[in-house]
Formats: sequence, C-alpha cells, structure tokens
Amino acid sequence: MRLTCPYCGSRGNDEFVYLGSADPVRPSHHDAPAEQWTAYVYERTNPAGAHRELWHHSFGCRSWLIVTRDTRTHEVLKTEPARDAAHTSSEVAVP
Amino acid sequence: MQYSLAALLRNALSGNAHWAPAWRDPQPKPSYDTIIIGGGGHGLATAYYLAKEHGITDVAVLEKAYIGSGNVGRNTTIIRSNYLLPGNTPFYEWSLKLWEGLEQDINFNAMVSQRGVLNLFHSDGQRDAFARRGNAMRLNGVDAELLGPDEVRRLHPLLDLDNPRFPVKGGLLQRRGGTVRHDAVAWGYARAADRRGVDIIQNCEVTGLRIESGRIIGVETTRGTIHAKRIGLAVAGNSSRLAAMAGMRLPIESHVLQAFVSEGVKPLIDQVVTFGAAHFYISQSDKGGLVFGGDIDGYNSYAQRGSLPIVEDVMSCALALFPSLGRLRYLRQWGGIMDMSMDGSPIIDRTPIEGLYLNAGWCYGGFKATPASGWCFAHTIATGQPHAFNAAYRLDRFASGHVIDEGGKGAVPNLH
Repeated sequence: MRLTCPYCGSRGNDEFVYLGSADPVRPSHHDAPAEQWTAYVYERTNPAGAHRELWHHSFGCRSWLIVTRDTRTHEVLKTEPARDAAHTSSEVAVP
Repeated sequence: MQYSLAALLRNALSGNAHWAPAWRDPQPKPSYDTIIIGGGGHGLATAYYLAKEHGITDVAVLEKAYIGSGNVGRNTTIIRSNYLLPGNTPFYEWSLKLWEGLEQDINFNAMVSQRGVLNLFHSDGQRDAFARRGNAMRLNGVDAELLGPDEVRRLHPLLDLDNPRFPVKGGLLQRRGGTVRHDAVAWGYARAADRRGVDIIQNCEVTGLRIESGRIIGVETTRGTIHAKRIGLAVAGNSSRLAAMAGMRLPIESHVLQAFVSEGVKPLIDQVVTFGAAHFYISQSDKGGLVFGGDIDGYNSYAQRGSLPIVEDVMSCALALFPSLGRLRYLRQWGGIMDMSMDGSPIIDRTPIEGLYLNAGWCYGGFKATPASGWCFAHTIATGQPHAFNAAYRLDRFASGHVIDEGGKGAVPNLH
C-alpha cells in the first residue's frame, strides 16, 4: 500500500505511522460525563469500507494526515492534512 | 463402525469415493433454541459444549463460508497458558487442560503436540519480567521453568545466542505448551457437535439481527429468517460489523495478521520459540515446514491479505534468531482478520440486548483459547451468567476501568 502525502507525494506506507480512527472527538475537560470519555477512548465504529484515519508521516515531513481508505481493498479515497480538517471542523470544542 | 481397517480396505478398492461425510449438511429450520453465529473454532466449540455440558442440542451454527475458512485455519497453531494477569491465567490454563483431553473427548486426532513453548529474553530487565511471569504462572498451578543461556543452547543449537544487538540471555519455558493441527480442531468439533444433534449450516451469512423490545428473537440470513431465543456471536474479525446490526459499538478494531510457512525440511526446531526483542514466533510442523509469524500490519483492515513491510520485518526477526534459515525459501503466506481489542484481552459476556451474547476481541490469542472460549461461552449462554473463568472478560470493563492489559500498552489496539 502507498499513501500520497499532500506535501511529499506518493510514498510507501512504511514511512508512515498509524494512529487510528480520526472520528472520535475529545470531550470537554470541564463537564463531559464518563460515558463520553469511554466512547472517546475505547469505542470504535470499525467499518468494513470507507474509514477516516490518522497517519503521521514520521519518516518524511512529520505532518499528521487524515486518510480516507477502504478497509476491504486498501484503496485510498482521500488524503488531507489533519490541520486543514481541524480548522474547518465544527466539532472542535472551544476551550 | 464408520472407521475401521475393513472400511479402509473397502473404500480403497472403490477409489475412496464413497466415504460418508463427517457431518450432515442440514437445511436451516425456521427456529432453534440457540443460534451460534460463526462456524470457526470458537463457534463450533461453543455448540459442542452447549450440547455436551448443558444438554442443549437444539442449536444451529451459522457459517458465512465453509467450516475452517476463517481464523481457525489462519493462525500459527500455538497453544500455551503463560499469562501474567489474574483475569487471564486461570482461563488460559483451563484451555490448556481442555486441549490435553480434547482428542479423547471429541474422538478426533487433532495432533495435540506438547512440545514446549520457549519465550526468549535478551536483557537483565526482561529476565526479571519473565521470572515474575513464571512465578505468577506457578502460583496458579501452571508449569514454568526459567532457563539460562546454556540450557537454551542445548535445546536449540541453531539459535544465534550471541547476536550482538539482542544476545539471548535465557528463556521462560512452558513444557506443556505446544502446537495443535488447527484444521483438525475445526473438523473435530464440527463432527462431535453434529453427532450430538447440532445443525452446522454453511454458506449462510447473517445479514441482520431481529430485536424486539430489547430482546433478540432471530436473525436474517442469506438463507432466510431463523428464529431463536438465544444467540451467540463468535465472529472474531467481524465482531464490530455484527454488533453494529444490534446498534452496539465495540472496543475493537479489525486488523490483519500474516503467517508464513517455509518449504519442508528435516527436524530443525523442536519447540515453539518466540523472540523477546521483537514480535516473532516460530515452530516446525510435522510435515517439516517452518510455521512463523510476527506483528499485525498495524492499520484497520478487513482484507485477508497483508503488505510487504511486515513480510520484511518477520523475515528479519527469523534471521536474527536463526541465521541458518536464510537459505530456506518460504512457500506461502496468508492473512487473517483479528479483533484487536482496546486492552488486548477478549470479551465473553452478555450484552445489553436480552438473549444476545458476545464472544469477541481475541487479538492474536484466539486459537489457543478455542476450547475454553467455547466452554465458557456455552456456560454463559446456557446459564445466563459468566463462569468464574470468564468473569473478568466483561464488556463493561472498559467503562468501569477494569481493563486486562497484559502488554501494558493502553487503549492502542495496534500495539497489543
């Protein structure tokens, strides 16, 4: 499998380190109930199909990327810098 | 008698074309007392122990492909009970005890071979950790021996003990561990369950779960709707997909794990040997092929095939331990889809849905657990309560903080 880093181009996946699903959103530190933390830390949708996930280009430009990949075929559907997604996301809690 | 010298001769003369199938191929009935989804080792063992231990024979095992096509035939066949944590040790030791009596119990030659499992250590700190593990095992009545480098050298003359980066300082040996022919486990349990009245229904994929007012009442399948009072999920690799049909999100990611077999050679490696400096394990099958594997590929996958960086990683580990294997060719490799749970330990429990039971999250460790997993899951389904052996494998332990993290990795499934 190869991933296309938006900064470095097409690279072998051994240049990247995988973190996991990009979907869980960290609950508020102030008043979130324990159930929200359990869901954030432990529960995963784990789809057979399109999966948004965080990869770190550790042995390249060291950027965090959000890759949308089909977990059945490893076809990469989309790659975007994680900071762009964070800036456009409405889910980011204002501290 | 189905199998005898006379039957062998008779069937040899007729070209071996008339052997009776070892288990029936029944049509699904409209309803059963209990349905087990998943015709792998765990599902078949569950059905067998439901019938044998609890007298529940109105049972169907639904398998989406054929018996033995999933993870029960995609592992490196290792059995052992060398666990450290209190929730794990008694369960895996019960599994090993069941392995020891399995062939008599199911009347099937599964080639259970207690050749010993040797975990190598490579530093003083690791020696201390392994000594602690061995002591925990012995306190639980499990056999364990701490070996020094000279004893390891006597057992495995081909090992490179003086590897400059990872010298072998010794090993923790469990002599009762070993290997089992994995296909025979599936076939043996299938035949034994079938003979007690269990319907094994192959090529029957579950497409939906029927739930009414919080209670399971049946399943939708590619072969029609089947009703049941109790349903057990034993579909590791696909647990999240099945649980999603019941509206549940599990603490599990699916990952692919590869395994490899070399060409057959004369006896080289008498035991199961594991590398302590990286993740690698190797044994030799009775046919002579070396069977080995290492890490998972590391990213979510439902594709039963792996990628090349892990192949290179596994081969490097093999050569670090046994440099002489460099002349061997490897014959084939395959991938299986693991339920990687958030603490590296399994789940055998009830679910919030009445009558729906879950057996999942086996990570790398599902094969060795097959008998105890089936035995405990059958107990949980039949009585509605977990047995003491699986009491720690609760689904709600993640919410309550009672995780069983044998590797000390935290909630990072691809590190377990």
